[in-house]
Amino acid sequence: MPALCLNFKIHEPYRFRRYTVFDMGQNSIYEDDDRNCDTLLRAARQCYLPANDVLLRCLRQYDDFAVSFSISGVALDMFEQYAPEVIESFQALAETGRAEFTSETYTHSLAFLYSREEFERQVKEQCAKVKALFGKKPVSFKNTDCIYNNDLATTLQQMGFKTVLAEGAEHVLGWRSANYVYQPATAPSMTLIMRNINLSRDIGVGFGDHSWDQWPLTADKFASWCHAQADCADVISILHDYHIFGLRHRPETGIFEFLAALPGAILADKRFHFVTPNMASKKYKPVGQVDVPQFMSWDEQGSDLTAWLGSDMQKDAIHSLYALAQRVQACGDMTLLRDYERLQTADHFHHMSTKWFTSDGPEDRPNPFGNPYDAYITFMNILADFELRLQAVEDATPHTSSTRDSAPRKPSTRRSITRKTKTLAKAKTTV
Amino acid sequence: MRILMFGWEFPPHISGGLGTACFGMTRALAKKGAEIIFVLPRIGDGGDQNTFLQMRSASGTVISPSVTERIVHAGQTFWQEEGIRYLPVDSPLSPYMTAESYGQTMHYMREGTESSRVQVTGKHSFTFTLHGGYGPDLMAEVWRYSRLAAAIATREDFDIIHAHDWMTYPAAIMAKAITGKPLVVHIHATEFDRSGVNINEQVAGMERAGLHAADMVVAVSRLTRNTVVERYGVPPEKVKVVYNAVARHEAERSYHIPERIRHEKRVLFLGRVTYQKGPEYFLEAARLVLQKMSNVRFFMAGSGDMLPGLIRRVGQLRMGRYFHFAGFLRGEQVDHMFALSDLYVMPSVSEPFGITPLEAMLYDVPVLLSRQSGVSEVLEHALKTDFWDTRDMADKICAVLRYPCLSAELVKNCREEMKSIRWGTAAEHLLAIYRDVAGVR
Repeated sequence: MPALCLNFKIHEPYRFRRYTVFDMGQNSIYEDDDRNCDTLLRAARQCYLPANDVLLRCLRQYDDFAVSFSISGVALDMFEQYAPEVIESFQALAETGRAEFTSETYTHSLAFLYSREEFERQVKEQCAKVKALFGKKPVSFKNTDCIYNNDLATTLQQMGFKTVLAEGAEHVLGWRSANYVYQPATAPSMTLIMRNINLSRDIGVGFGDHSWDQWPLTADKFASWCHAQADCADVISILHDYHIFGLRHRPETGIFEFLAALPGAILADKRFHFVTPNMASKKYKPVGQVDVPQFMSWDEQGSDLTAWLGSDMQKDAIHSLYALAQRVQACGDMTLLRDYERLQTADHFHHMSTKWFTSDGPEDRPNPFGNPYDAYITFMNILADFELRLQAVEDATPHTSSTRDSAPRKPSTRRSITRKTKTLAKAKTTV
Repeated sequence: MRILMFGWEFPPHISGGLGTACFGMTRALAKKGAEIIFVLPRIGDGGDQNTFLQMRSASGTVISPSVTERIVHAGQTFWQEEGIRYLPVDSPLSPYMTAESYGQTMHYMREGTESSRVQVTGKHSFTFTLHGGYGPDLMAEVWRYSRLAAAIATREDFDIIHAHDWMTYPAAIMAKAITGKPLVVHIHATEFDRSGVNINEQVAGMERAGLHAADMVVAVSRLTRNTVVERYGVPPEKVKVVYNAVARHEAERSYHIPERIRHEKRVLFLGRVTYQKGPEYFLEAARLVLQKMSNVRFFMAGSGDMLPGLIRRVGQLRMGRYFHFAGFLRGEQVDHMFALSDLYVMPSVSEPFGITPLEAMLYDVPVLLSRQSGVSEVLEHALKTDFWDTRDMADKICAVLRYPCLSAELVKNCREEMKSIRWGTAAEHLLAIYRDVAGVR
């Protein structure tokens, strides 16, 4: 019995404001609160709330439908801060028992590449957050943008995870199909679910590509492609950014109708059903081992790390950041620790990429600075200020175990939360 | 294809970007097989070293009675049709003049009279002597140039007329009226760029006349194209953008940075010290940078009407130890200055194109440009700022000096980008435009 495994990335970064050398040492407000709030409310209105609504109706209508999400901790923080109704709508999905919430790093970071201590701390924090909000401790894991290698599987096994999601990169699979579950070469008790690149891309990119010969894509057409693979598939895993619903593909393109019709179209073939990663790992036996010594990701070009670590600016920024890891962990200052986590969000490094200079990348995740150089300048300025603060805390506390809170940050935040939340409520009633 | 080109400056006698641009452009056009007759007001020493084109000096060209008649006829029909009023008096206006220099100029003009320039050569024939450059009687020179250039036009055989900037527009209009050949007008800078809102109406009038008389207008950037369309009311479909480029030096010299100054960073401004180039914003940014960093020096190279005021301001801020005025540099000095710099800043208030950042990049110097410049349209890998945002400018200056990675990345990517910025590409665009206008008629 073949199954479809849907998993969506849900992530909203705390974007930085243009932090200049004159702010350095003067103030430590790094984030652009207004912009973050506006962007989140827009995403909530156009993507999260309507898409969750569609999925909830599907879950109620079809007993064989299931879905899974990988929501970053910072996205959850932002929902709680600016749009709590998004959390409620995810909780409603969780209550059906057929929506799984997988784990990742709390701030959608690249910590695994540079600091295992940071990585484990962030994953534990994420698991606690998911358990607190949705009731279940995650047992499946999807790293930031599907970054994966053998070591990740080993670490996850030690941390008690059962399943891990990764890119079904051709250079790793070779002649083998992504439509089966595999066993990581270094973690025999784990299940590895590989992303079906073509089918995922058909929804993510093809749906809006008018020059594509298969355009327009309908749920029936998509289902027929899945059905055609029935004889050679256990788990067809569709992984994408949740933003494709309503933000990358606008509502008027019919993306929500597509999503609403998809379960019915797939289940029309009685052999098919839907699974979450956890259900898949219980139900299907691995057909073989996959050995991934090198890192891979779901980056559109090259499936490698060059989107985050392709240029010297990116490397300089990330090396400087992780050079502070031990000092930050030792200082024990909660405010510093939180800021340090948020500095690690992968988007900051993505914005410094010169790989995509001519195009601005996906419209729904724009570079707030417009070009990689300004992104780098801002990040380095912030990091310099952060190091000054760290130094100050270290100087003030010779014993690293003491936890002194530095001055409270951002007194204006709370006021702006309530204001913006009201705006959303108003907007919702008018719709 | 033979092109009659009207220009006001050409190396080695240049005072700005116009001559450099004309040189690069004509050399590339000649390489692609175009024959160019370049008419300058006056060919000075060393003007005959450019063998790739034919130079004509307007100064001293004999205007015979028959030519006079044609000029008068063409001129009158033209002025009547277009409703433009020309003031045939000696006027001391020049594009880069200020109130202070006006008085001196008036004095100078009373000394030399119009008649001293006219030489009668033979019966009823006459000619003028031109000085070239941007002298105090520029308007009169422009007018005399137009008649002499028109006389050259009657004698030469060519397919297209191509005129560079307003000084040559009256000549081009007249040449077109006499010969009926298609006219391409190249706009390197408008009066609105040079003077902001306090424009010289006479200059703007000539620009407008030239732009409207032309069969095709070539602007050096989208920025300039917008000005031409919005301020001069030229139909947008008549205006094409051809970006400038930079000519590589035959043998690029390498300069040694002396041991004693290696620990310091040098930030450079190079250009006319006038309103258009925004030198005061550079000074203000320097003040902010010096609050945050030591071991950095600022150099301002160039001269202009704002220089005395800026020098006073530097003194007032007690910044003289770190802010240096290098004066007007030429030739090899410019290259040397670029080579010593760690960052080149062009804070122009309004820059139609701006070739100097490209020259800086030839010496692997990262550049910081104002967004109000045409060159920022072709350079992706340059830092950009708004000229009025001196804090942002200062922040970016600090970033380049503090983070070596940034500077290296900019230089690396710029070097790639420079490979596609060539006069050859510009020449191909121009040839396509020539074929276009010649074909239409």
